[in-house]
Amino acid sequence: MSKEFTDKHVLMVRDLNVRFYTYAGVVHAVSDVSFDVYRNEIVALVGETGSGKTMSTRAITRLIEAPGRIESGLVLFRRRNGSVVNLMKLSDEEIRRIRGDEIAYIFQDPSSALDPLYTIGHHIVETILDHKRVIKRIARETAIKVLKETAIPNPEIRVKSYPHELSGGMRQRSVISMSLVNSPILLIADEPTTNLDVTIQAQILDLLKDLVKKSNMSVILVTHNLGVVAETADRVYVMYAGNIVESAEIQELFEKPLHPYTQMLLRSVPNPLKKIEKLESIPGTVPTLINPPPGCRFHPRCPFAMEICRREKPPLIEAEKNHYVACWLYAKR
Amino acid sequence: MRDAVYNLLSKSIDLYVALRDKIDPQWSMRNASRIEEWRLMAYAFSRSYIGLLGGLIVFVTIVTAVIGPIIAPQPYWVYPVIENESLRYLPPCIPPICSGGPLLGTDEWGRDLLSMILYGVRISFVISVVIVLLGVPIGILLGLVAGYRGGLVDESIMRLTDMFLAFPGLILAIAFASVMPQRIRDILEASPPLRDFLSAIFGLRPQEYGQLAALISVWVAMVIVWWPGYARIVRGTVLSVREQPFVEAAKLLGLSTSKILYRHILPNIISPIIVMMTFDLATATLAAAALSFLGLGPQEPVPELGYLISKAGQFFPEKSLHVVAIVGSILLIIALGWNLLGDALRDVLDPKTRRSLEFRRRG
Amino acid sequence: MKLIETRDLRVYFRVRGSLTKKVRALDGVNISIENEETFGVVGESGSGKTTLGKTVLGLIKPTKGSVYFEGKDIWRMNKREYREFRRNAQMVFQDPHTSLNPRMTIAEILSEPLRELRIDVGDIGKFLVDQLESVGLGKEFLYRYPHELSGGQKQRVAILRAIMTKPKFIVLDEPTSSLDVSVQAQILELLKDLQRKHRLTYMFISHDISVVKYMSNRIAVMYLGEVIEIADSEELFEKPLHPYTKILISSIPIPDPAVARSKVRLKPIGEPPSPINPPPGCRFHPRCPFAMEICRREKPPLIEAEKNHYVACWLYMNK
Repeated sequence: MSKEFTDKHVLMVRDLNVRFYTYAGVVHAVSDVSFDVYRNEIVALVGETGSGKTMSTRAITRLIEAPGRIESGLVLFRRRNGSVVNLMKLSDEEIRRIRGDEIAYIFQDPSSALDPLYTIGHHIVETILDHKRVIKRIARETAIKVLKETAIPNPEIRVKSYPHELSGGMRQRSVISMSLVNSPILLIADEPTTNLDVTIQAQILDLLKDLVKKSNMSVILVTHNLGVVAETADRVYVMYAGNIVESAEIQELFEKPLHPYTQMLLRSVPNPLKKIEKLESIPGTVPTLINPPPGCRFHPRCPFAMEICRREKPPLIEAEKNHYVACWLYAKR
Repeated sequence: MRDAVYNLLSKSIDLYVALRDKIDPQWSMRNASRIEEWRLMAYAFSRSYIGLLGGLIVFVTIVTAVIGPIIAPQPYWVYPVIENESLRYLPPCIPPICSGGPLLGTDEWGRDLLSMILYGVRISFVISVVIVLLGVPIGILLGLVAGYRGGLVDESIMRLTDMFLAFPGLILAIAFASVMPQRIRDILEASPPLRDFLSAIFGLRPQEYGQLAALISVWVAMVIVWWPGYARIVRGTVLSVREQPFVEAAKLLGLSTSKILYRHILPNIISPIIVMMTFDLATATLAAAALSFLGLGPQEPVPELGYLISKAGQFFPEKSLHVVAIVGSILLIIALGWNLLGDALRDVLDPKTRRSLEFRRRG
Repeated sequence: MKLIETRDLRVYFRVRGSLTKKVRALDGVNISIENEETFGVVGESGSGKTTLGKTVLGLIKPTKGSVYFEGKDIWRMNKREYREFRRNAQMVFQDPHTSLNPRMTIAEILSEPLRELRIDVGDIGKFLVDQLESVGLGKEFLYRYPHELSGGQKQRVAILRAIMTKPKFIVLDEPTSSLDVSVQAQILELLKDLQRKHRLTYMFISHDISVVKYMSNRIAVMYLGEVIEIADSEELFEKPLHPYTKILISSIPIPDPAVARSKVRLKPIGEPPSPINPPPGCRFHPRCPFAMEICRREKPPLIEAEKNHYVACWLYMNK
């Protein structure tokens, strides 16, 4: 992948490595991960447990705590004022200013972001006042406005509600409001709908797509749900055991998956519109991330594994236009 | 030192396993994971300084309690002060500064303080252990029933618990102290074997059965106020465990309530109970001493640690500073030992903290 | 004779701290399950699907109405009949991490059903090893603790435990929701295998409609404690009748971008209601895009709108 930060770029991550130093050994949570996020798009990071997708997004704004450590990596980000900075090299104070303002997060469990002792309005106002100097009245009006944008009915009343008075879907929308209130350039949504009912999930995904279209925002969507990806994302990165194994535009990935893991993953998900005789499962289990052996991380479960897969880790190469894959089936040796 | 303790514990485990295997050859294979867990607990314990220190103190306490009355140089029923007034409250005489005198000084009646302490530790230890061993099962039983059954049963048991908790243990002890000793004394008079047995446990002569009666009445008062705490805690933990799916799975097998409580709920709540018991041993030791200090327990010649301090209060601090300081410190150390042990046990018995150590051992 | 039948099943829970307020978890459910079929139950949170599963197994006592197993009311069985029922009706729970007693070894967990329900299998040790191997677990798992197993392995043990007693009927409550996608496929295939081999009847409860459709012959859709539509799986997807079912199906994320982008999404109006104060008349009417006057006043009964396709909706009443 090139290291050129173009006009279209919002975020560029190259060779990111995150390790956890535990009693068990060194956990290689994220290994040489590289990806791009462009303007006005939704990028999905897809993977199962241990794929490293959550850790990668946390590492972007250095939200990794001991015993975890960001070993290396380049993370270029285009700030609101147009300047391009390496987030890994900023001071703690500067990164703190960016978090919540220019880069916002929403997580899986909305309850963990909401303090039960304070109203929704209070949460949003606080987020505003943390990053801007405005008078409280203006902040409160902004809060009501942003609640309206996330399709919460009766926002003037809801702004005075406590978290426990709201349903799960409304809580998640409140958290989204909190993240949006400062008009972030990049929104990182980590499994934002996993715990929600499917009808609410649909509403929230529609909301995210709307927001990206209306405002100048990009979204990194972290999920394990391929249906959600198909409905929402423009481009996809597939991760396995801390590595990116494939990336492509959404249509291309589903029509022509190259990596064996992607292929098997797509065949193991029941598509209700098709009549399926048997779901294909991937034999074996996700490998341990501690002291990983050499070679491709997927080879023990891969039906096409070759000798070289055992010895050397395949590089991420551009197999087709804008379609990258890390697999010896496609890389020349 | 840590490795020595671990080796000792590990060898004990091996011994136990060998014994079980003799009785039932497949036992160690069927329980391999369980045995591994014990080894892990031993390892976790040996790595904690608090645990080792607490363990050491508790070990010394127990040894002292067991052999104290046997090795005490001076008997407690002799009052040297009758013969020689000047023997009262002699200060400690520790070589090489001083020589020829009593090591820790003497008490109100000129008795060697060291010997009195050796007797006293036995009394304190036995009373604290019995209080906890009697109060806990009652509390556990009531807590199990209340937590599992819920509804009216739960409410009534909890109100009962509330009543006992609200009851001031001190008042109860005072009330008991005025009425019970006579009754108990009559019982002990009527039954010499009982009298001899109880005296032996406490390291006393059967002649002191009058004072023994006072000791027992303190003990009964304390057991009565001791169980409610456990009932509450057990009920709380049972409430959280009984909602777990594996309990519902057990119901699907048609298991009776008692089987579910015994096989599924109890093993999952035992750890906090063990920890609480350890802490309680410290509390019981001090509480019993406090009641004796107030004069509600045994009087002379029984050298109960709290009573010794109480008597020394009259001449404090000019003459009896050493008694108060030394005996007070002994009580403090005993209580500290149990507390430290309890702290370490809490970490050792918690599977999450244990598991992080597991990796370190394997890796 | 149906294997399982419910008649006007109602389960009300009292709201804590209130003497009068009730949560109507199940409000008049009538379903029947045939031998050797997989009966799917879908619904969102508050629909009552888990309550239905537990009530059908006798874990919850109905406030009103009855549950019949092979024609007998399970709450009126004598001791012998009830033991038979217990042997024949088991459950696999959602979270494998809490459905196995953490203080028992796998061997103990699996042998408990055999002991308690007095099932003779000869050499228990050998039997257990065979059983473990049949679900792809080696014999080294026999004496391990649950925490030493992965989520998928634990769920396999949970499934084994459920079939230990050679039951006729198993309720599967979100058996794969806590598992990774690749493991989910393994477990679903295992469940299908076991069903064929042991001629089992399943009640498959899930909020993931794609999975329910894959596993089930017939599906019941629940909303706020009531069954609002029952049909064969294919039929339900091709021709959903109830507006809620239509909304539900159009909300499912389809793992196919071409379809996903082109489909029209039907949206419900407003927010999910509270199960304590359900709306009068048809429970769904406040959120229904097709609500009529009668929907506000009267609750529609469940009628057979098409062959073997039942729906509770005034739109289909003229039959």
